[in-house]
Amino acid sequence: MFSHLLLAVLGPSDLWYAVPLIVAVSLVYAATRHEQTQEILRHAARTATWIAGFMAVVFVALWLVTWFV
Amino acid sequence: MTTQKSDSLEPTTETVHLKDPALAALLAWLIPGLGHFYQGRWAKAVLLFVCIMGTFVYGLYLGSDPAVGWGRVVYWTWQPGEKRLYYFCQIGVGLPAVPAIIQAIRVHGGEGPMGTFMAPPFLGAEKNAPPGRIALDQIHRRLGRYFELGTIYTAVAGLLNILAIFDAWAGPVIPAPHPKKEDKDDEKHPDDKAPSPADASTVKS
Repeated sequence: MFSHLLLAVLGPSDLWYAVPLIVAVSLVYAATRHEQTQEILRHAARTATWIAGFMAVVFVALWLVTWFV
Repeated sequence: MTTQKSDSLEPTTETVHLKDPALAALLAWLIPGLGHFYQGRWAKAVLLFVCIMGTFVYGLYLGSDPAVGWGRVVYWTWQPGEKRLYYFCQIGVGLPAVPAIIQAIRVHGGEGPMGTFMAPPFLGAEKNAPPGRIALDQIHRRLGRYFELGTIYTAVAGLLNILAIFDAWAGPVIPAPHPKKEDKDDEKHPDDKAPSPADASTVKS
């Protein structure tokens, strides 16, 4: 079960196209909130983690739906 | 410039010189990061240019194919069959998306497009496409899902630049301090209040 999930996440997938977008969105968003580079990077890391976590929750929810349907 | 905290998301106290905010906003729209460069905010200028232009150019690359030309996901057309709403997002990136307007004016004025770069596609059947025009069906068939991916990348780049334009015009939007933490600080040091967001960063134009 979990090997299928890991393969779906880490295997060849269009999900990888989300990574550059997450990085760019996090950095630009953080740059509009702070002026210092260290603060921008710190805020960007937290924003990226939050976005990736949110996507992961949605992914698992949808995956569970397909599993039980 | 006074640095207050380094391990939280709360801001440092500093002064940001915006010079002429309207000019900075215009420059920020023309080229991502140029407004910040004008204001002397070098690090942010480089960061914004790399992130926004990188996203935009990668989107153009995804929307390219030798058979249909380069940058086919950024174009302007407004007619029955296709109203290209994505372009309203893509134009946020400024000059890099302007060739699409020039191409659209040429095509709708009866002239042919200059090459295929950002040219509006022909909406009829592929066999009826006039010389120099490529049908939208053909573009979709060649690019497949990369048409959607490229469109999303370029649209997101334009939307991100709108955030950057606002930052050049008005300075950074300082996050509000955490209310619970502020309350605790007040309880510990009632005479020593935490700075309000307005105090945390001074914007000078």
